[in-house]
Amino acid sequence: MQAFLQQLLNGISLGSIYALLALGYTMVYGVLRLINFAHGDIYMLGAFCGYYVSRVLHGRLESSLLETTTVMLASMLACALAGMLIERLAYRPVRHASRLTSLIIAIGVSLFIENLSQLVFGAAPRFFPQLIAEKQINAGGVMVTNQQILVLVVALLLMAGLNAFIFYTRSGKAMRAVSFNLEAAKLMGINTNAVISLTFALGSALAAAGGILVSLNLPGIDPLMGVMTGLKAFVAAVLGGIGNIFGAVLGGLILGLAETLVAGYGSSTYRDAIAFLILIAILLFKPDGLLGKGQVEKV
Amino acid sequence: MRFSSHIGTLGLAALIFGTGLTACNKKADSPNEILIGEYGSLTGGTATFGQSTHKGVSMAVEEINAAGGILGRKIKVITEDDQGKPEEAQTVVTKLISKDRVSAILGEVASSNSLAAAPVCQQNRIPMVTPASTNPKVTQIGDYVFRICFIDPFQGLVMAKFTFNSLKMKKVAILRDIKSDYSMGLADFFKQNFMAMGGEIVSDESYSQGDKDFNAQLTSIKGKNPEAVFVPGYYTEVGLIARQARKLGITGPLMGGDGWDSDKLWEIGGEALNGCFFSNHYSVNDPSPAIQNFVSVFRTKYGGETPDAMAALGYDAAKVLFDAIRRAGSDKPDSVRMALTQVQGYSGVTGSITLNENRDAVKPAVVLEVKDGKFAFKETVAP
Repeated sequence: MQAFLQQLLNGISLGSIYALLALGYTMVYGVLRLINFAHGDIYMLGAFCGYYVSRVLHGRLESSLLETTTVMLASMLACALAGMLIERLAYRPVRHASRLTSLIIAIGVSLFIENLSQLVFGAAPRFFPQLIAEKQINAGGVMVTNQQILVLVVALLLMAGLNAFIFYTRSGKAMRAVSFNLEAAKLMGINTNAVISLTFALGSALAAAGGILVSLNLPGIDPLMGVMTGLKAFVAAVLGGIGNIFGAVLGGLILGLAETLVAGYGSSTYRDAIAFLILIAILLFKPDGLLGKGQVEKV
Repeated sequence: MRFSSHIGTLGLAALIFGTGLTACNKKADSPNEILIGEYGSLTGGTATFGQSTHKGVSMAVEEINAAGGILGRKIKVITEDDQGKPEEAQTVVTKLISKDRVSAILGEVASSNSLAAAPVCQQNRIPMVTPASTNPKVTQIGDYVFRICFIDPFQGLVMAKFTFNSLKMKKVAILRDIKSDYSMGLADFFKQNFMAMGGEIVSDESYSQGDKDFNAQLTSIKGKNPEAVFVPGYYTEVGLIARQARKLGITGPLMGGDGWDSDKLWEIGGEALNGCFFSNHYSVNDPSPAIQNFVSVFRTKYGGETPDAMAALGYDAAKVLFDAIRRAGSDKPDSVRMALTQVQGYSGVTGSITLNENRDAVKPAVVLEVKDGKFAFKETVAP
């Protein structure tokens, strides 16, 4: 029982990261019908940005919580800008071309960022500084660290914040309008370019937060860390029903739990294989994903 | 639109310029030089292996050239980075052989990379000497492939004996890297030997190189209550595994092989690694004059850096190869190969090197303990 609870906790903390990333995929897809393959690389840039900022800050701020918050906000801001820049330079020029064009450009952008980062940062893995002193908490045999709790809390807060933004603000309403029909939204006087930029900025900021949260917990970062994680987050988005924000969160959690339970109770050798098999099975029976029903709550 | 098309032109120009540069680099063989190819992971997840080996090789080259070279010719080593990837290893070795026309090849450390590149050397009949690939399959590729280190069946036996006899532990779990031939082989040999002695393997889990989250496997291992965990992987993952194991409350020692030997191990794993053990090719604390002399020369040359086993093996591999070229009296690949089959009692930094009929070296191993960032010598095990 203890081991099972521990595995559940492991799965949820892995899944909450997939969920944060899946939100970015799903938001961009909801608005533009574009799968932004560079999203996993933004997550990597977020981690590296945090690495450099925390090296500059190290020892200058008294409270470690303040330091962590600064590192996280700086990196979210930088990645929001990077996301907007990518949209402006790579996707906007081909927005009205066929969808295949943007898809291939997205793959190109992803490869470009991966290889450029290997050139700039070097391909060797780095050690992400421990911003928060680790404390272990033994909750009835289940070992929890304060970092794991922080990851969960921050991830939940960010998701709740995103939800509030989309459903209770004017900009959120504009985003929903653009996602519903871009041309009609334009005719109603919505500045669609600004809304799309905002979508990329939000998604990228969440990816950066994910990058920092993962690195706090598992402190090895390298330029290719976003490849597999990005792919799995994309899978999570599809699993939950791409375009649906609750679906992204649900898909992320399911994928994280599936991977953990397969590795813990089945065979760790086939962890990824079985996790993806579950995905194929769900999609065979529910091709729109778990929550993807027609046009509900598209972002 | 206009802006992005400018970027495109710029990129294209850079591409053409880059290709032009590579083409210019090509040079004909010089009659005054003996060309040796070296490939290794100068970057990537096993970067310190390639970098250390390269430092060892460079030191050997400088020494031999300062002493007038071999056969009146200077040694020139052409080094290629394979980023620690098997497919890249194959590409760069093909380049070294077909474009640079080297007489012999030095490399790699990781067995998977050596296994990818060795067939290229074998087909082209160019001798290859690997300093540190310990998987038995490497030299089975063919009679042009040699190694100057011990092999994993021996390393597995050493750690099994150490665990069973010295630590007196009978229940061990294994966590292996399924992407690495080295890790898979070493885990199997450890398991065989440990079970033959009467020990029990309570759990056998795996991960893939590049993974960051090992909580699921470690939780399952913890449930089986092993006294120790055998993790025969490479240092990047081992460091992360150690941290996560301690967080989950696994307190017994972790153990591994020479894949742990890197200063990055401590940087990533930190205090979680205290009291863990691994087998290695040599220990810097060994008082033997050959080793102490090597260590002090290396430190002077590389700004106080302490040579790890990969540096020592790189140095030895280069020296064994140079000696073979000298004995062959020629840098013709076939003559060098013949001379390499006759390496007998060559005294290197990592011990006396004799190549057996399988082109493998038979050498003792040492067991080291991780203590506050240092690797303390525990014991030597002879074959």
